[in-house]
Amino acid sequence: MKITALTLCLLAFGSMATQAAELNAPAPGCRVQTLTGQSSVDPAAFPGKVVYLDFWASWCIPCAKSFPVLDQWQSELGGRGFEVIAINLDEERQEALDFLQQHPVRFTIGADPAGKCPRLYAVRGMPTSYLIDRQGRIREVHEGFKTSDAAGLRARIESLLSER
Amino acid sequence: MNARRLSRSLMLLTPLLAGCATQVAPWERGHLARPEMALEPYPLEASFRQHVFFSKESVSGGYGVGGGGCGCN
Repeated sequence: MKITALTLCLLAFGSMATQAAELNAPAPGCRVQTLTGQSSVDPAAFPGKVVYLDFWASWCIPCAKSFPVLDQWQSELGGRGFEVIAINLDEERQEALDFLQQHPVRFTIGADPAGKCPRLYAVRGMPTSYLIDRQGRIREVHEGFKTSDAAGLRARIESLLSER
Repeated sequence: MNARRLSRSLMLLTPLLAGCATQVAPWERGHLARPEMALEPYPLEASFRQHVFFSKESVSGGYGVGGGGCGCN
């Protein structure tokens, strides 16, 4: 009987749904190692800053499109309190490193091969990005990345930066 | 005795069958995204062959209506 109960527990646990990150709700904390493994980063731990949290992988073609744009934003808006945190979801770390060789960037890269954070943030496509305001609330969820998205995204980042 | 056997086999089957129930998450598609995993490894050649096939089939009216088989449609 005990074993049957245990089996049922296992079944229930396997199909458990996770809590999604919602608009205007505080961004869930999710600390991961940086890709270099030298430190750690939590996208929800940047009080007073506007965070662009990006979930990416080396095999994701639009991600490659987005990286130069994000890098430009980081260098132009970093001084005003803008921070790009890009969490890599590759299972093979080397593939992420190769990608970064081809698309060098200067923002923070986290590594979450186990997929803990995208589960927490309920990522439905690649890439998905989250705009987190100075109060730490998720203000926008952006699925995918097209070059034509950049202008609109940048305008919304600017308006979040002008909030106090 | 029988109940125990049943639950034991359930215990063994559960992790196996749980694999069928889990969806591949969007971020777990790295292997699926590899070129060798594509349904059609040579899309250009495939579309060319498809065009030839379509044209030849059109002669006998087996592939909808589309010209007389010269492939110029």
